[in-house]
Amino acid sequence: MKNESPHKELKPNDFASDQEVRWCPGCGDYAILKGVQRALSDNGADPAKTVFISGIGCAARFPYYMETYGFHTIHGRAPAVATGVKLSNPDLDVWVIGGDGDMLSIGGNHTLHALRRNIDLQILLFNNSIYGLTKGQYSPTSDIGTKSPSTPTGSIDSPVSACQFAMGCNATFVARGVDTDQKLLPNILAEAKAHKGAALVEILQNCIVYNDGVFSSFTEKNNSSDGQIFCEHGKPLIFGKDAEKGLRLNKEKLELEIVTIGPKGVKKTDILVHDRTNRVLASMLAKMQAPKWPVAMGVIYANPNKTYEEAVHLQIQEATKQTSPMTVTNLMHNGRTWTII
Amino acid sequence: MKMATKLDTNFKGREILDSVVIRFAGDSGDGMQLTGTQFTQSTALMGNDLSTFPDFPAEIRAPVGTTFGVSAFQINFASHSIKTPGDRPDVLVAMNPAALKVHLSDLASSGLVIVNTGTFNPRNIKKAGYDTDPLEDNTLEFFRSIKIDISKLTLASVEGLGLSKRDALRCKNIWTLGLMCWMYGRERQSTLEWLESRFSDRPNIAKANVAALNAGHSYGETAEISADLATFIVPKAEKKPGIYRAVTGIETTTWGLLAGAEKTGLKLFFGSYPITPASPLLHSLSNLREHGVITFQAEDEISAICAAIGASFSGCLGITSSSGPGIALKTEAMGLAVSTELPLVIINFQRAGPSTGMPTKTEQSDLLQAVWGRNGDTPMPVISASTPSDCFECAVEAVRLATKYMTPVMFLNEGYLANAAEPWRIPDVENIKEFPVSFHTEKTDFQPYNRNEQTLARPWVVPGTPGLEHRIGGIEKDYDSGNISYDADNHHKMTKVRAAKINNISNDIPDQEIANGAESGKLLVVGWGSTFGAIEQAVRRCRSDGLQVSQLHIRHIWPMPKNIFKLLSNFEKILVPEINNGQLVKLLKAEYLIAAESFTQINGKPFKVADLEAQIRTRLENLK
Repeated sequence: MKNESPHKELKPNDFASDQEVRWCPGCGDYAILKGVQRALSDNGADPAKTVFISGIGCAARFPYYMETYGFHTIHGRAPAVATGVKLSNPDLDVWVIGGDGDMLSIGGNHTLHALRRNIDLQILLFNNSIYGLTKGQYSPTSDIGTKSPSTPTGSIDSPVSACQFAMGCNATFVARGVDTDQKLLPNILAEAKAHKGAALVEILQNCIVYNDGVFSSFTEKNNSSDGQIFCEHGKPLIFGKDAEKGLRLNKEKLELEIVTIGPKGVKKTDILVHDRTNRVLASMLAKMQAPKWPVAMGVIYANPNKTYEEAVHLQIQEATKQTSPMTVTNLMHNGRTWTII
Repeated sequence: MKMATKLDTNFKGREILDSVVIRFAGDSGDGMQLTGTQFTQSTALMGNDLSTFPDFPAEIRAPVGTTFGVSAFQINFASHSIKTPGDRPDVLVAMNPAALKVHLSDLASSGLVIVNTGTFNPRNIKKAGYDTDPLEDNTLEFFRSIKIDISKLTLASVEGLGLSKRDALRCKNIWTLGLMCWMYGRERQSTLEWLESRFSDRPNIAKANVAALNAGHSYGETAEISADLATFIVPKAEKKPGIYRAVTGIETTTWGLLAGAEKTGLKLFFGSYPITPASPLLHSLSNLREHGVITFQAEDEISAICAAIGASFSGCLGITSSSGPGIALKTEAMGLAVSTELPLVIINFQRAGPSTGMPTKTEQSDLLQAVWGRNGDTPMPVISASTPSDCFECAVEAVRLATKYMTPVMFLNEGYLANAAEPWRIPDVENIKEFPVSFHTEKTDFQPYNRNEQTLARPWVVPGTPGLEHRIGGIEKDYDSGNISYDADNHHKMTKVRAAKINNISNDIPDQEIANGAESGKLLVVGWGSTFGAIEQAVRRCRSDGLQVSQLHIRHIWPMPKNIFKLLSNFEKILVPEINNGQLVKLLKAEYLIAAESFTQINGKPFKVADLEAQIRTRLENLK
């Protein structure tokens, strides 16, 4: 299908609008913008049928920079607006853009319902664990103890994990990537685009001004192989500089454990093989946090199911099939009436 | 509304009445709304004019026997044109002591009260707040009363059908309906058919209700009871030729929206979240799948309006509805629709506030919220319906304005209008002028905020249109290019043009007319919304006594018709009666600097004609 697209010749730059990008120099959003433009180009997206819908925040400026249709809405409500767009016209390819505050705080409710309804949207959650546009307050994904203008002595509430939240919402597609990982990110985005249903992609994004380096303990060149594990369907869950470590299921405790492969450790065949349709495994992978665990990257879970908009339009099709075209006049006269001459 | 006493043999010895007001009252689980609705249906089919007022508590089944759990349904039906459900019932049907306690004070002097004595046990009597049995003491001495053990008679009527006592007793409302049908010569056929279909899956319940209905009817025919239990007839009302049906404001709103969608050629998208008293609109539109209507029960009020905005963005007719607190939640999104200049219809079934207020009680207290209640200078047209029938035209008009001017439109409905019923002459939709929408597809010189010179509306371009990719949003945009702009002068210009676009609508709506009376005189009564009928009757009564009073009723709350100031200036005094603490009166003062006087009633009920009449007389006397 991808190869037949008449838009195959469009380059990533053709998806860039004429608007000057206004993020801080060095912001991770630049990389994500590039990754999205590449993913659209690689997959022959039709700009006229592509819609980017965002809420409020730094990330939410995203649609202005895309040469597609775009709607910069209000804080937290992008999934709701996108739901109306997709339900009205299922032919459109609808992308939702928001940050951790937008999607997990003020708009957490809409993210939950878009995911559980399984509307065919790509929801890109730019997680920088901080409020950028409002000048640096802690966010719902900030670690406990985060010092910020609103938490001068350190935040005290537990953070939420975007991927775990999505799994809890019964999302049919959950993935994670890093802003600067331009090898992996476009592929994840392409998978999300191809997925029929609501796809949540958490993109770990560095805020250079208010939270610089928040993910650097596992996203830098020198530590990423130990700090991350790439989840690939059908492949063993191996990580480490020399691919010497892996994940194994501790059957007694029903939890994952990190094991070393080799003569002193376990056999490669003992390592868990990633099955992205396995909800239990995906939930365990989504939960892994640095520094104790490698952070799971790639498509953690994907298990397509009937989409909400399909079901709605099927009901309408069924209803309209059974009757001759109905007008309001039919309706008004259908019932107990009487005539006065 | 006095009962006539003339006997006419054409009606088999029944006493002929011009009009009668009946109020059914009982526990919220007694099925009074259902009894009232069926009586209404039957009365409509008899050709009477009618108006109803359902009045029920917010609790689904409030504790049995309590005064706060009483549910009532009032119907006024007549052989002439009527506009209100009636000030005071002529007949009160009280199914328990609490119903008697709550409603007896409203009964017209020497009115008739029919009491179900089967519920008047010491416990219920005490629960209702009576010290002694009201059937035994002097409580009923100024009224005519008929005491029937409806509970016992109902049980007897369904005996042998294998119902539990509880289920059997639940038929007592239908027994009562049977009796009232006999008293007022209503045919039972429509109710019989309704019972058969309502309980088609539970044939013994259907059978029991049919038995109860017939038993109540035969009780009237055969029982040897006091002469008070006479039979009456209310002859047909003279009405304009046409096909009629009984409708509530919910039905006419539903059909008006659909008619509007047909006139535009757009697909209707309705996003809503359940709330009293707006939910029935969600139910009725959800039933229109065969019309291609898309309905979406959202996770909350905000999502409901946002989805409707998204639908409009992608080329549907986006509609949302709610009631006071829900409308408050939608406010930010309304601002987005104003800023992005997308069509949207918002229907507010107003209820008593503030906050949760009284969800099932009517009020007109969201007018100022509708006109001014948003952050920023955020103008939006506001229209209001005056009767259940009028909801149809208002819904069509809301769709017309929204699509022609690319703007959200607030349609102020009322809880009372939603539930009230009246006969309606089904309009010929063919006669409504089409207002087709065409999406902009021309690439040359396209800018998303390029305005139509006449309407000042921006072009509607839907995603999927090749070559017109563009971005919109809630940030201020450049007047010419539509790109983000924080330019100071540009914001001034954009604010002015948004206001001008809405003000401009006053050139596209009918001139305000005087609803009743002369174009000038001493007193002008200015109203809006559901108070139309009560004001009209009060003004007519005063005019028939030669008083110089006229009525003006505003549909277009914002912007108002251009000639309204001239009309207001023609009178020495302006009186603005409202079911709120004075809102339209503030708007009129602010806009026209007139010394309007206010009359308010905020008890969750419609105005009584007599109260308005008294107000008119007093204000006129003060003028002398």
